[in-house]
Amino acid sequence: MTTFQQTVEGEILTEPVVVEREFETVDMNINIGPQHPATHGVFRMVLTVDGEMVKDAVPYIGYMHRGGEKLSENLDYRGALGYQDRTDYLAAFNSEWVYCNAVERLAGIEIPERAEYIRLILSELNRILSHFMFMGAFGTDVGYFGTAFTWTFKERERIQDLFEAVCGDRIMYNYFRVGGLAWEPHESFVEDANWVLDQVEIGIADVDNLMTDNEVFVARCRDVGTMSAEEAISYGVTGPMLRASGVSFDLRVDEPYSIYDRFYWEIPIGERGDVYDRYLVRLEEMRQSVSIVRQALDQMPSSGPIVAERLPARLRPEPGEIYMRQENPRGEYGIYMVADGTDKPWRVKMRSPCFHNLSSLRPQVIDSYLADAVVALGSIDIVLCEVDR
Amino acid sequence: MPDLLVLGQFAGVNMPDWVDALLRVVFIVALMTINAFALIYLERKILARLQARVGPTRTGPIGTLQSIADALKLVTKEDVRPSTADRWAFELAPYIAFVPVFLIFVPMPFTETWFIRDLNLGLLYVFGVLGLNIVGVVMAGWGSDNKYALLGGVRAAAQAISYEIPMLLIVVSVVMVAAGRLATDGDVAAAVSINGIVSDQTTTPYILLQPLGFVIFLIGALAELHRPPFDMPIAESEVVGGYFVEYSGMRWGMFFLAEYTALFLVVLLASSIFLGGWNWPFGADVGLALQIVLTLVKTSVLIVLIIGSRALFPRLRIDQLMSFSWKVLLPFSIVQVLANGIILAYGGPDWVVGLVSFALLLGLFGLVYGLMRTRKGGDTTRTIQTAPARPRVITSPEVTPVEAGGGD
Repeated sequence: MTTFQQTVEGEILTEPVVVEREFETVDMNINIGPQHPATHGVFRMVLTVDGEMVKDAVPYIGYMHRGGEKLSENLDYRGALGYQDRTDYLAAFNSEWVYCNAVERLAGIEIPERAEYIRLILSELNRILSHFMFMGAFGTDVGYFGTAFTWTFKERERIQDLFEAVCGDRIMYNYFRVGGLAWEPHESFVEDANWVLDQVEIGIADVDNLMTDNEVFVARCRDVGTMSAEEAISYGVTGPMLRASGVSFDLRVDEPYSIYDRFYWEIPIGERGDVYDRYLVRLEEMRQSVSIVRQALDQMPSSGPIVAERLPARLRPEPGEIYMRQENPRGEYGIYMVADGTDKPWRVKMRSPCFHNLSSLRPQVIDSYLADAVVALGSIDIVLCEVDR
Repeated sequence: MPDLLVLGQFAGVNMPDWVDALLRVVFIVALMTINAFALIYLERKILARLQARVGPTRTGPIGTLQSIADALKLVTKEDVRPSTADRWAFELAPYIAFVPVFLIFVPMPFTETWFIRDLNLGLLYVFGVLGLNIVGVVMAGWGSDNKYALLGGVRAAAQAISYEIPMLLIVVSVVMVAAGRLATDGDVAAAVSINGIVSDQTTTPYILLQPLGFVIFLIGALAELHRPPFDMPIAESEVVGGYFVEYSGMRWGMFFLAEYTALFLVVLLASSIFLGGWNWPFGADVGLALQIVLTLVKTSVLIVLIIGSRALFPRLRIDQLMSFSWKVLLPFSIVQVLANGIILAYGGPDWVVGLVSFALLLGLFGLVYGLMRTRKGGDTTRTIQTAPARPRVITSPEVTPVEAGGGD
């Protein structure tokens, strides 16, 4: 195309200046979210696209902010437990566990062994449940018309049925207590859990068959959203995303809590740090979790107390602070808590893994295709309630 | 060749031209509607079964009236037009997408004698008219004044251009084969008429002579119909439904109707030119009643295949879709045309044509499989290493005593 160069005085030069450009194009801003099928909740990102290529991405969070930290500070140590269900609602047992552990460490409460086993079993089952949810939602992002979603939800339902039998709720369990558990699980808990594990193993194999070797699925996931180990660490990425980038970091092993030292299992580690590796790491983690739960079910004492002895009516821990962190399905979930000697915590800070994982989204999607941006977002496995707290 | 309408044929009466024309139009519209209802029900049921669900069960016996209930809902819905939409483009688009599909019905043979008109350039006509369909889609995408719709419309246009070329080349190679076979009868012109091609397949369905052609045609049909894994224009997780995202009510229903009618017609075309349409495969004359059954059975098999692919494939990316068409399908279809030309020019027998095409098909599969292995980087189980968890002694985080904070 030709344009005429204009001088400052407004005098038009007669020589046309040829501009080397094929078309005159304008970048377009596309708003994805907060209401969009691919954002898994109320996440919003504004993509600047040149045709199909993403040039820039600006994420917006905070639509789900409820001030969970401040709310927890206004309630006593036991009362704030319910908010943990509502941060990471796909892995509520895991978050409850972190909170309970933090308070117990602060107050110096030892919990009985049986309660520890039941907590671990339920949390690991919750990890499987959460990863199933990931498989389904991620499958939809990649473009399965519901097949991945329904297949994984079938398995998720089984685990939820077990949870319902144990604690009467399917999502917001509120079953752990500071010092133990709310009540004894139902009588056939061990048999039911074993049956669920058998079914879940079949379900994992189904998902594996449906997705892992599918030509189109591989084409969509390989070398998309690649993140090196250094990059991942610098963004504070944890959990399966970090392990997919090749870093062997799992809090269950590297900073062991509870009774994880009693089981043998393996940590899957990816090689390339792309979306496909994240998927594979999660798939393998589900299998490893099944193995952990099986071992725990075998070792669990069949009877015994589930609540610590001599619990005070009102918890008044000595002034002190603690940072308790555990491996949630999405990464390192931490509770930082400061006690000031009263019955309420002076400060509660939740370190949510998704917030940090999500911050690594922008470099992943820049200079990729629009469709890849959706897949990269899906591979982070965000829970917006946890990001915004 | 007899050219009679179903009704006229049965009644055996001579009708005035305008009655005849009107009846044909009514016939197409009725068939189109019934077909769309049936296909939507079929798709929902098959998909449900593949996805561990049951599908519609409440409306009518085992949910058969679900499509009719949906249609009633669509008709009674408010017709919303965004205030910033381009009025003419927005309101005309559904018709422009719908009418070409409607017109494709004309040369389609259901039996030896049942069709609306036997056009002697039927194949050309079908592709010419089918290409117009995309104009409506692009108009919808542009006229909606919605960025998702715009992206969807542009994607649809790019996709249609890319996949129609290999499809057309394959049709050319089929026409070459047909012409070679029909030349002995002296009726070479019938090689471009759909019914002519079907009539030639009394003994040998063309899928045996052009297996590569059949596969490429089916892949192209998936792309043409926006079916997974080629459903970028309507990708829900990216462009939220694509070009018809702003449409509601019956205008949206017309896109839907056009889509399902196109599904039926493209598949009917595939079964006509590759599976022998109304013919019993190996040369038996089965009569009119069985001919229509045969047509429908062959079509249904392909439809079930296409619906099944929706449950089993995710979506390709736009660049992968384009490069697959231009770098893989197009060269293979050109080679197919060349191979047919060379063999037929030297008067090679049919089985050589079939064998060469089959060899090319194996080449296509090998190439795709090889590409996948390279991309994946070998065996997937090997790319994930597992490090055994190292049991350690529990070291619980210590409680650090601090001076009591300010409190409040």
